[in-house]
Amino acid sequence: MRLRTLVWREIFERKNQLATSFLAIFLGVTAIVAIKNITFYSEKAVARELDALGANILVLPKSATVQDYYSADMQEETIPEAYVTQLSMSDLQGLDNLSPKLSVPVGLMGRRVILTGILPKCEFQAKAMWEGAGIFTRPDEGCGDITDVPDVFKPPVKETLVRQRVIDNLETDEALVGADVEALLGVEEGDSLDLLGRTFKVSAALPQTGTVDDSRVFVHLHTVQEMTDQGAVINAIEIVGCCQEISAGLVEKINKMLPDAKVITVTQVVDTQVKTNHMMASLSTVFLVIIVLVGGASIANYMYANVFERRREIGTLMALGAGSSVILRMFLLKGLLLGLVGGVGGYVLGTVLAVTFGPRLAGIVVMPMPGLVLWAVGLSVGIALVASCLPARNAARLDPCATFQEL
Amino acid sequence: MLRMEGVSKSYHHRTSPVTALRDANIEMNRGDYVSIVGPSGSGKSTLLLMLGGMLSPTGGRVYVDGRSLYDMTPNERAAFRKKNVGFVFQTFNLVPYLTAVENVQVPLFLAGTDEATQRDHASSLLGRVGLGDRLDHKPSELSVGQQQRVALARVLANDPGIILADEPTGNLDPETGRQVIEFFDELNKEGRTIVIVTHDPRAAERAKTTLRLVNGTVLNGKAESGRAEHA
Repeated sequence: MRLRTLVWREIFERKNQLATSFLAIFLGVTAIVAIKNITFYSEKAVARELDALGANILVLPKSATVQDYYSADMQEETIPEAYVTQLSMSDLQGLDNLSPKLSVPVGLMGRRVILTGILPKCEFQAKAMWEGAGIFTRPDEGCGDITDVPDVFKPPVKETLVRQRVIDNLETDEALVGADVEALLGVEEGDSLDLLGRTFKVSAALPQTGTVDDSRVFVHLHTVQEMTDQGAVINAIEIVGCCQEISAGLVEKINKMLPDAKVITVTQVVDTQVKTNHMMASLSTVFLVIIVLVGGASIANYMYANVFERRREIGTLMALGAGSSVILRMFLLKGLLLGLVGGVGGYVLGTVLAVTFGPRLAGIVVMPMPGLVLWAVGLSVGIALVASCLPARNAARLDPCATFQEL
Repeated sequence: MLRMEGVSKSYHHRTSPVTALRDANIEMNRGDYVSIVGPSGSGKSTLLLMLGGMLSPTGGRVYVDGRSLYDMTPNERAAFRKKNVGFVFQTFNLVPYLTAVENVQVPLFLAGTDEATQRDHASSLLGRVGLGDRLDHKPSELSVGQQQRVALARVLANDPGIILADEPTGNLDPETGRQVIEFFDELNKEGRTIVIVTHDPRAAERAKTTLRLVNGTVLNGKAESGRAEHA
């Protein structure tokens, strides 16, 4: 005979009465685990979709307008390429990707296309690592980051240009062509292109985006600068910034750093991401509050009823020499067991539901999140123990003689 | 050994004051066998609970081996009961979801005895009360007489010097009641102090001393009828 034997036997003796409060905590944890699981992958999916919409911060020359940018950023004025280095070397939080561009109109096979110079990510990284500072030496911000999502979310290497506005590598004689260029001119991967007297090898054809990018031919930035004799200048810097940081004043900080440039936020993109994240967070919070209130109230109610029902038994134990601490532990242990089983069970069922119904309900792939088990058990045990505290204390303080009706 | 000095107990029932016990002065020695008789509501059970450290008096003091019981903390009194006092109840008060042997193990568990010893000792006690073949029966699977015998085995688990019984034969048929009374005789012969509250004249007559209570007042503290008269 141990304390846990007493508690365990009592639970099984009156399991029907326990069922309601167990179900409250079990289903509550199930719901919140399922929501948290789906929410996590939904946020990732939304971030991924928003990435496809392009950059959310633009750094343009002072006189340029957003209209200039959307008409292929071919405004006359330029800004120094050094701005890119300045940003990448800064300690600004929330800069996920930087993409400097220099665009010029060119003729290709009798048609007018836009030749856009871009700088591959490897060149930023090399410089930043050489200098030992900057955005590439900081931990990943996580906003819009989709690298930890299962393989289905990983875009092909060259397509990162479409989604994340950067590509990792681009040789000086390589070119990427937009979907319209591919379709209209019949250019395919591996073909050669003659542009402004230089020959480029097509390393990839990009997927359709519905933007001006479809009419572009992308080559290395420094090659375009060299071909057009413009020097180390660019038309625009596209930035995929962390939406939370943008809300917290990232644009103002960039403005301060680059006073001779115009910094613009693509507000719809930012707002959508921020609103989505807020909505998901609010949904989780609402369910958290509901489970704390309903689960806690249900367990407390059950425990109070259980103490009342077991007054005679408590009095008998006291008559046999049980101190108040034994009675207190007896009820808290019961709460602990209730919380443990509810938490683990809720995690398992919640995860199964999320993985099974996530793809059907939200159209996303949902994977189990083992880290949630600690969270679920902690929450469940916490609620059960807090809800059991007062009833347990009341039991421990019972007047033993008042518990015997016949006396 | 057990002494009450000017003990009284009163409480309020709704707005009316009720005196359950007034100015009780009692002295019992080790090995005494005392019955407490009186009409219902006369304060018998109140007195028994006070002797067991379960109910604090409004006035006066209760001494056990020279120690004032109600100057101890509640947990000290619980420890005192665990070591020295065994209670027998009219309705047995067995824990319904535990088997007979587990019920007897409860006081041993509270005393910190290891599990193997608990089981062995509890089994032998149940054997002593004739329930060696009912170890794993739950109270609901036992007759009332058998349940009272489990309760008696439980009382003996921690080998208490004082046994306090409240109407131990009240719910039993005459034959089973007689067996229980004989069991108390046996325990008294072992040197234990027995205090028994009863309406049963046969049980009262077996005691060496009978205390009569009327309206909360102890009418006599002297032996009225010795067992020798009935032997």
